[in-house]
Amino acid sequence: MLLLQSVFNGISVSSVLLIAALGLAIIFGLMGVINLAHGEFIMLGAYATFAVQSGFKAVLGESGLSLYIIFALPVAFIVTALVGLALERSVIRFLYGRPLDTLLATWGFSLILRQFVRSVDWSLFIGIAVFCLLFFGGLAILRRRLDGQQTRKGANTILLLLSLGIAIVTRVLLGQTDATALTKPWFSARNVDVTAPNWLQGGVPIGSFQFPFARLFIIALTIVCVVATYWFLQRSRWGLRIRAVTQNRSMSACLGIPTRKVDALTFALGSGLAGIAGCAITLLGSVGPNIGQNYIVDTFMVVVVGGVGNLVGTIVAALAIGTLTYLIGSGMFALLLTPVEALNPLADFFTFFATTSMAKVMVFALIIAFLQFRPSGIFPPKGRTAES
Amino acid sequence: MNHSAVASKAASTNSMLQVSGLNVYYGESHILRNVDLSVPEGEMVCLIGRNGVGKTTLLKAVVGLLPSQSGTIAFAGKPVTDISPDARARLGIGYVPQGREIIPRVTVKENLLLGLEASQGSGKGKQSIPEEIFTLFPVLKSMLSRMGGDLSGGQQQQLAIARALMGRPQLLVLDEPTEGIQPSIVMEIEAAIRRIIETTGVSVLLVEQHLHFVRQADQYYAMQKGGIVASGSTSELSQEVIQRFLAV
Repeated sequence: MLLLQSVFNGISVSSVLLIAALGLAIIFGLMGVINLAHGEFIMLGAYATFAVQSGFKAVLGESGLSLYIIFALPVAFIVTALVGLALERSVIRFLYGRPLDTLLATWGFSLILRQFVRSVDWSLFIGIAVFCLLFFGGLAILRRRLDGQQTRKGANTILLLLSLGIAIVTRVLLGQTDATALTKPWFSARNVDVTAPNWLQGGVPIGSFQFPFARLFIIALTIVCVVATYWFLQRSRWGLRIRAVTQNRSMSACLGIPTRKVDALTFALGSGLAGIAGCAITLLGSVGPNIGQNYIVDTFMVVVVGGVGNLVGTIVAALAIGTLTYLIGSGMFALLLTPVEALNPLADFFTFFATTSMAKVMVFALIIAFLQFRPSGIFPPKGRTAES
Repeated sequence: MNHSAVASKAASTNSMLQVSGLNVYYGESHILRNVDLSVPEGEMVCLIGRNGVGKTTLLKAVVGLLPSQSGTIAFAGKPVTDISPDARARLGIGYVPQGREIIPRVTVKENLLLGLEASQGSGKGKQSIPEEIFTLFPVLKSMLSRMGGDLSGGQQQQLAIARALMGRPQLLVLDEPTEGIQPSIVMEIEAAIRRIIETTGVSVLLVEQHLHFVRQADQYYAMQKGGIVASGSTSELSQEVIQRFLAV
């Protein structure tokens, strides 16, 4: 019974890991972009959920709380997908094929995002909105009015400086007013709590244990996400385009596939999935600006162990790593081994690793050992083309 | 570059593809030097020359994979020098590259469907593979669910040509379609290309080493050190030209 409970908990931990790794499997596995900001996309999804919940609370009162999660899921997806899209359009598309630069750029972006959620308030938001309006509006006008390459470049620089200046002045002026509504941070640096809707509190009693609804919900959500992603990639027209571009970019372009659009869409999709993961983890605990860091290493491990570019591998690896970490961390192995006299030293060994952090140490050591034997993961690419 | 401008004006009547004064660099090294070439509508033009003279580079510049330093490329009367390869494909340039470039982890059927991306105004309707593809290349019919990367070289070559045809191109750019393929399949591929030209009236720009395939073309251009050094009708292709420019 205890074992069943442990396995269930392990699977629910794995499903969070899987849902977080799914987006990365697309961005890192398919596109080959090392996105260190992926954890921050998860965090952003969690904060989007919190924002939706607060919105529902403010408008509908306590009764709104039961429904917010239905709306929070698409909102989290769309918000993170848009942020991902902006990142791809503004930075990453210039860095394809330059992994080290991508690594640094995305890491920098992750720091920006972390500080952004700490300090965002209405005045900052308005400042950014003013900048976007002036700069991109100006760009659109310039594109229509000016033809010469040289003059346009100069005009762009002036436009950038001007709109940046106006935006900063706006922000400073707003910050000096006494209106606390404008300068009060939205989330602040402290952790925020998202209360699960009441129909997700409690659980299914089995024997003396309970399977919490929240965890069952996460497992169901994971299954839906995996099936939807798989269907999208394997059956839809855009999915075929994505697979073609990720396998042979220049030939795909020669076939008439708009590769830049495909890149942007793929990145947005991966980011959006991270947003859904963020929505899911709000059900498990409180949300802070650094929450992404808890997940980023694990998710990269999942993708690498599963075999880069392989969705099935990602699923298996997430289940294996998640369940194993939980079983070791909760001392389950030690507990099972203690009754047998002869295995007591082994039981002591497992007891030593029976904390959350030590369990990770052991699992990562196992992963390193595993990768010595199967460097390309559980499911390496097969066939004629695998070697090239 | 003055002479090339004059040359392009003279030859621009009814040409599907018109390359004038084209210069292409790989980094610092100058590969194509003032190349002028024209493919008339409905004709087959063959590019010959020994290895490393820039034939593939020229084709890559035509489909848009390589940027040109100077010069112009016009397709069906429209300048395409500055547009991206995917936009050129949608205008009607079908490309069969050297080495086939089949998408490996995608089935043969999906590879063929990817060819449809280039066809203009393809609606939302059900995507299907026209029967004439299988009349041309019967092998492909039994392979539809196999992975593209698992086919043999000859099968991949046939798939690459079929894929280019799916987009109903006006110009077919073929880069050594018979390279490294067993003789019986070479015959099949040649026959298929001849049939394609007869039935669809497509213009063809071809790079080829096999002499009797070269002889089927209407015109030839011979390349040396990145420039066109001889051209004319293939019926006048003399033994001396063959000796100089074909690696036989």
